[in-house]
Amino acid sequence: MTSHTILYLDDVSVVFDGFRALNNLSLFVDQGELRAIIGPNGAGKTTMMDVITGKTRPSAGTVKFRDSDLTLFDEAAIANMGIGRKFQKPTVFDALTVFENLELALKAPRGPVACLRWVLAGEARKRIETTLEEIGLTARAHDRAAILSHGQRQWLEIGMLLMQDPELLLVDEPVAGMTDQETEHTAALLRRIAGTRSVVVVEHDLEFVRALDCKVTVLCEGSVLSEGTIDQVQNDPKVIEVYLGR
Amino acid sequence: MSTSSISLPATPRLTLRLALIGAVVVLALIPLLNQLPAGSALHVGDFIVSITGKWITYAILALAIDLAWGYCGILSLGHGAFFALGGYAMGMHLMRLIGPRGAYGHPTLPDFMVFLGYQELPWYWLGFDIFPYAFFMALFVPGLLALIVGYLAFRSRITGVYLSILTQALTYALMLAFFRNDMGFGGNNGFTDFKELLGMALNTPLARAVLFYASLVALVGSYWVCTKISVSKLGRVLVAIRDAESRVRFLGYSTTQVKLFVFVISAVLSGLAGALYVPQVGIINPGEFSPGNSIEAVIWVAVGGRGTLVGAVLGAFSVNALKTWLTTAAPDLWLFALGGLFVAVTLFLPKGLVGLFSRKVEK
Repeated sequence: MTSHTILYLDDVSVVFDGFRALNNLSLFVDQGELRAIIGPNGAGKTTMMDVITGKTRPSAGTVKFRDSDLTLFDEAAIANMGIGRKFQKPTVFDALTVFENLELALKAPRGPVACLRWVLAGEARKRIETTLEEIGLTARAHDRAAILSHGQRQWLEIGMLLMQDPELLLVDEPVAGMTDQETEHTAALLRRIAGTRSVVVVEHDLEFVRALDCKVTVLCEGSVLSEGTIDQVQNDPKVIEVYLGR
Repeated sequence: MSTSSISLPATPRLTLRLALIGAVVVLALIPLLNQLPAGSALHVGDFIVSITGKWITYAILALAIDLAWGYCGILSLGHGAFFALGGYAMGMHLMRLIGPRGAYGHPTLPDFMVFLGYQELPWYWLGFDIFPYAFFMALFVPGLLALIVGYLAFRSRITGVYLSILTQALTYALMLAFFRNDMGFGGNNGFTDFKELLGMALNTPLARAVLFYASLVALVGSYWVCTKISVSKLGRVLVAIRDAESRVRFLGYSTTQVKLFVFVISAVLSGLAGALYVPQVGIINPGEFSPGNSIEAVIWVAVGGRGTLVGAVLGAFSVNALKTWLTTAAPDLWLFALGGLFVAVTLFLPKGLVGLFSRKVEK
């Protein structure tokens, strides 16, 4: 573990009723790194995210963010350490407006009394407006999230992730339901964020992964099958076998 | 579920505010009209004063339930317990004030204790002769119980129907406990035969009017507290927890803390309601803990419109008005009507009575 490693998974296993969702998985992500994770269905991608964000406790292994052992904390505490997550299925708060969704995600004291006393000051408002611009939802700011299209919900989730100002972003299938143009925009956005933050992207769309232009990790049956550039992994015989069948 | 009224546009909000002020003014007139000579066309009978005063305390309970359920999704079927505990605390004060005027004429012990052979006042009765202490306990005890139960339940992530069952069991257990004579709370007879409060003889027009106005002030105050919460960012966090609790956790909010916070506030408001209720009805007994009471209170909120504060108040008044009318007109029908009402509201009016109005406003 070098001093630049921000996320450190070593020998992590998750067993559900005898099924090994993660099988001695080891993965290291550097500070400022952009990393793509691909793999067939059931490879353990989402379980890996669950372990990092505290939703699932590993049966064995070490999970560290900087120097903190993540297995000791709950979801809220981990989120407050600076790990943000965008879910595969966008979950935004339907009863609230787009603006309110972003305001809720905005990095600020999270206690009940602090929320009761919260006043939206100029700077916070500006950050929300900048993000609205970034995710192309300025015109929809005061619409309820319930009436957004699937693609717009994806953008709103990405926006909420940005509002949290995390050090590590875990992004699960960000471009599902997006147009080609939007996909390009997302890739550019993630590339821009990486550098100052670390970003881990799980995605099926290989064109999108190519556009990210970063190190790719292939997961299969709960452990790392291959790692390298997109060309390296696409030409790896083990990967070809898993993806194309025997 | 998008029942929140958070983002009402400006005009309906103004209309709502005027309607609320109007309703408070009309309610405030009731004790005054009671002072008119009995022959006058505008005279309001004693019965109307006391029953409206009682409904006002119910409306406070409904607000408390709505804050927890309508906004935060915590469906407690045991809020009657907090209400009854507040009522018992006030009842203890009223019992102490009877002093030597009891049937046995004992200087400090209430009649039931003399009857049961108590030699001295149990320690937990000490201090209840002092009004501020008794009033404080009426709020503190329900709040503390909510804090303990809520902490254990929310920390273990007990939600939905399991939480409802838990709270239902809680009120049932308390009912059984309060039925026992050796609890020191008067067993199944509870407390009654109160004489005075704050130097006023009860059952006089003055006491009725004072208690009525105290309840009205408490209702307006509770409404203000709930509004403050619901329009703040905390209110939006509550709605978010109601609709997708685990997502809120991943945003870094401790949902346990937030839920505990509103649950305790809700219990304190229920205790306040109970404390105002008891001197007006003149009795408190373990029947107030009965699970049916808590369920009925939840139905008021559902009928009025959960997730809107006006709805809770409207529901408490309208369902109880119906109950008062029906239990005299056709007593056997009341439970069927209550059940039918709940089914009908769930099927046809998911937003309650308020939904009827707001549909017009929104479109």
